[in-house]
Amino acid sequence: MQQVSAPAVSDPEVRQTRTADGAQTVALTGAWDIRALESRARGLQSQLVQLASDPGMHWDLSRIQRLDHIGALLIWQAWGKRRPVQLALAQAHAAFFSHLDSAAPAALPTPFDALRPVRALGEAIMLTTEHLLGVSQLIGQILIDSIGLLRHPLRGPWREISASVFRVGTQALGITALVGFLIGVVLSYLSAEQLKAFGANIFIINLLGMGIIRELGPVIAAVLVAGRSGSAITAQLGVMRVTEELDALSVMGIPHTVRLILPKIVALAIAMPLLILWTSGIALIGGAIAANTQLGISVNSFFSGLPAAVPTVNIWLAMGKGVVFGALIALVACHFGLRVQPNTESLGIGTTNSVVSSITAVIVADAVFAVIFSDVGISLS
Amino acid sequence: MTPVIEVAGLWTQFGDHIVHRDLNLTVMPGEVVSLVGGSGSGKTTLMRQILGLEQPTRGTVKVFGIPLQGSSAQLVQKIRRRWGVLFQEGALYSALSVFDNIALPLRELHAFDEDFVHDMVMLKLDMVDIERRHAAKMPADLSGGMIKRIALARALVLEPELVFLDEPTAGLDPDRSESFVKLIQSLHQALNLTVVMVTHDLDTLVSLSDKIAVLAEQKLIVYGTLKEAIAVEHPFILNFFLGERGLRALSAAGASVKLNGRN
Repeated sequence: MQQVSAPAVSDPEVRQTRTADGAQTVALTGAWDIRALESRARGLQSQLVQLASDPGMHWDLSRIQRLDHIGALLIWQAWGKRRPVQLALAQAHAAFFSHLDSAAPAALPTPFDALRPVRALGEAIMLTTEHLLGVSQLIGQILIDSIGLLRHPLRGPWREISASVFRVGTQALGITALVGFLIGVVLSYLSAEQLKAFGANIFIINLLGMGIIRELGPVIAAVLVAGRSGSAITAQLGVMRVTEELDALSVMGIPHTVRLILPKIVALAIAMPLLILWTSGIALIGGAIAANTQLGISVNSFFSGLPAAVPTVNIWLAMGKGVVFGALIALVACHFGLRVQPNTESLGIGTTNSVVSSITAVIVADAVFAVIFSDVGISLS
Repeated sequence: MTPVIEVAGLWTQFGDHIVHRDLNLTVMPGEVVSLVGGSGSGKTTLMRQILGLEQPTRGTVKVFGIPLQGSSAQLVQKIRRRWGVLFQEGALYSALSVFDNIALPLRELHAFDEDFVHDMVMLKLDMVDIERRHAAKMPADLSGGMIKRIALARALVLEPELVFLDEPTAGLDPDRSESFVKLIQSLHQALNLTVVMVTHDLDTLVSLSDKIAVLAEQKLIVYGTLKEAIAVEHPFILNFFLGERGLRALSAAGASVKLNGRN
């Protein structure tokens, strides 16, 4: 590497000599700056520490060619953070050591906390309560702001809703179809092996029809949408919080609940049931194809047997689930998005929490549905 | 002496829009150079090109005598350790505490133990007048002035020979801005730094710069001392230095600048 200053600068060196009167002297020469020390610091450090253990040692630093704070600190630490009695120092380098002299010793505070587990539990409970309160508040705020919308329906965020339906619905058709199809194939293949053992081949239609339409289709679609759109909503609102866009909306008197949150909730509530129908349909096609190859049930007879095996009310139930799941995902995602603090780490944590929480919320809601509608659409008439 | 920065025949073009046309700039060791110019004159682009963050369309940029384009990655890496950059908003890593922000470049060298890193960080905090108790705080909890000081401490932790300052006093109140200018001044004297800065603030400009580079009409219209810059007849200079605001700053700084009989 080329040097800026013209005179040749040699490597840092430690020379130990004995003067005429018998005193031990350590002379440091060469460049003691970061460029030179970068690769040699550890070796020189141990050498210096060893020499500094003798308190009567004379130190000659006057022949150091270049010095910076890194070099000065390295020498200073070897001395045990105080000046040796016998020290020769160049005038120009004295300033580096005077900075160190004045530096008061300080330690970062690390207080011991015996009650930490208890405190952590308490904080977790408080945080959960805070989240629940926050979501309820958000729902309330949206309802209050929507009342104004009822009076002036033309001023509603229709364009935003339409754009959101496209983003969360239309653009998700590909991924939900792929996953749905594969799940249908796998499920059908595994069930076929079991049913063949009992000679109950024809029940594959009941099994797949009921399982996919009532449970799997809605949950798979919801999990995919939570991961895909929920995270996007949280990140979008989070970045708007970081860049003060939300505050800019507020000071203009535009409630962000109506402009930003309501369109997302409505859009997901519209798109989710349709996505569920689509996912379930594709999954059934996958299942029918696998049943055809495994059990020899033709695709035609699979679908003609379906209405008898699955009461129609199940489709309405699935779509109802879709409305609830969609609104839940959007609500949770918006809640976490609004809580993002203005720093990058908080944005990452918020997005992760949002996806985890919305998937959990969807599964809890699904369990509630299962209990409430336990005797609807299951018994075959 | 080798110039610290040497920009030769630099062209920057975005589509049809030419930002720099055959621009030349040389900065010698120990100088404090200010880049000024109207909005969109390409000050920040020029600085980013010197830093290697953007590529010029044509021309060469040499730092410490080493061309940034066409040198091995290792060589460019070595240059990067010899300069420090203070970004406009500080650009502190928001996920790290103040201490870890300043310690990061030192730890990246893998040359020093943790005890050394601790003492070095504390020393740098002292140098920029930040109390040590703030070391454990996160950047989000700090005021704008403190963020700038800590970002400066981070820029200085590897003992750079060259420091870039992007709008060092933007967003600070006049009092803080003055003390920040004094801080840079004292560090410049103590550490013998070469400083390149982009600034709009006339007070900062007048009190810090040895040389002023005025960017207008896609090139440097002047590169010289304040006196030389003011002597040039150009609408931007008339407006910037000799407008009401400019004259106030010049007289406040007590600069013994002859205004060539203009008023």
